[in-house]
Amino acid sequence: MHQFLQQIFSGLAAGSIYASLALALVMIYRATDLVNFAQGEMAMFSTYIAWTLVNAGLPFWLAFLITLVVSFLGGMIIERVVIRPVENAPVLAAVVVTIGLLLIFNSVAGWIYTYTVQDFPSPFPDRPVFGALMTTRDLGVIGVTLLMLVLLFAFFRYTPIGLAMRAAAQNPASARLCGIRVGRMLAIGWGLAAMIGATAGVMVAPVLFLDPNMMGGVLIYAFAGALLGGITSPVGAVVGGLIVGVTENLVGTYLIASQLKLTVAFALIILVLVFRPNGLFGTAIVRRV
Amino acid sequence: MAPILELRSLRAFYGQSEVVHGIDVAVEEGGMTVLLGANGAGKTTTLRALCGMVRRDGQILFAGKELRRRSTEEIASLGVGHVPEGRGTFVGLTVEENLRLGGYTNQRQLPEAVERMYGYFPILAQRRRQQAGALSGGEQQMLAIARALMMAPRLLVLDEPSFGLAPRVVESIFAIVERIRREGHVSVLLVEQNASLALELADHAYLIETGYVVASGSAKSLANDPQIRRSYLGY
Repeated sequence: MHQFLQQIFSGLAAGSIYASLALALVMIYRATDLVNFAQGEMAMFSTYIAWTLVNAGLPFWLAFLITLVVSFLGGMIIERVVIRPVENAPVLAAVVVTIGLLLIFNSVAGWIYTYTVQDFPSPFPDRPVFGALMTTRDLGVIGVTLLMLVLLFAFFRYTPIGLAMRAAAQNPASARLCGIRVGRMLAIGWGLAAMIGATAGVMVAPVLFLDPNMMGGVLIYAFAGALLGGITSPVGAVVGGLIVGVTENLVGTYLIASQLKLTVAFALIILVLVFRPNGLFGTAIVRRV
Repeated sequence: MAPILELRSLRAFYGQSEVVHGIDVAVEEGGMTVLLGANGAGKTTTLRALCGMVRRDGQILFAGKELRRRSTEEIASLGVGHVPEGRGTFVGLTVEENLRLGGYTNQRQLPEAVERMYGYFPILAQRRRQQAGALSGGEQQMLAIARALMMAPRLLVLDEPSFGLAPRVVESIFAIVERIRREGHVSVLLVEQNASLALELADHAYLIETGYVVASGSAKSLANDPQIRRSYLGY
């Protein structure tokens, strides 16, 4: 029983990372109908920025803060420079662009930082708490992601820009008639998504160790989470990500070798797409033709 | 009085094909102008051209400013409140969120403006926390108009506000529009299928056929024109 609970809590820690990245995917999907395959690699690159800053001697949290700002600006620039030109192109073209971004970020990171696996410092001590049910590190990861999610939901719910972003995602034509600059809202959305990804990357790096391929598996778990929750639902992305984290951990402990855990994500993706394409919280997209 | 809006030889396009072929339309300051015509005549396209939603050519003078090269969002923030065809409410957001979005360019007076709209449309106050998509057709039209009024526009552009609504609902909506026009120094450019109602309220009218203005003048003179009576008023 003790081990079972332990696995659930460490699953929640991993799940909160998947949840963040899944949320980033959902945000982009809702705003632009586009799955950003580069989301994980962008997060990885942000993590390298944090790593560089920490190695330069900056305190961890200051480095983290700067990384968030740089990632936000970087996300906005990517939207402006790379995504906007294919805004009205067929979906496939835009998807290929994000896959191109994935490869570019991966190669550039390898080129700058090499493919050597690096140690990444954790801001949290690694001590067992609650009768060894979980570690302070897990607790810290869950705490930081939860705080970020709460801030994000508050931003969308209570600020004029957050409201304008939701409006722009839902009905761009009407948003323009309200005087909302839809292009700018999309850029902010990309910036926020990059920032969320950066948080996920920095939080997961002490566990996975940092290398240019670090986020590959995480992105697939995040996909599974986003699809499970319903790719159109931010709440679904968070719940889905947490479920995937816990499931992955339990299955890896009790059912199959943990090296095969990633198959759980793929199996989940297939099951969701076959039996419940709208996920747990998503709404069916109805198109009138 | 000087016109608040003047369209001069306005042409509008869908892709490569020209739909509106150089029309001249004016809206007097504080007045109400109506565009009449059959389906597909180019009325909605004219409104969309005015707000930069389709490619256009010619002159669009609004309060002394040329709008032809400006974006939709800029035109909105200059004071053109456009209630588009199909209402354009944000169906997944609440009534109050829709109103707050309408006042996006006017943040400082937001609470007062929201309350003013609830004064005009008390039913919206009762529904403030409901999703716009859950409202009846008439309530959605009220919300759409209130949303456009939130930005304190100088020109209100209404695209078939009566579409799909019961006559009594239409009358009450027009009564409020009329009241706001008289109180609020807003001018109105209206596209309407219900010609008799429109000609009763408007001071100027234009009859558009296949992208050309084929008749124009005071609403009264058009209402008395025998041919228009036969084709559009049905008596």
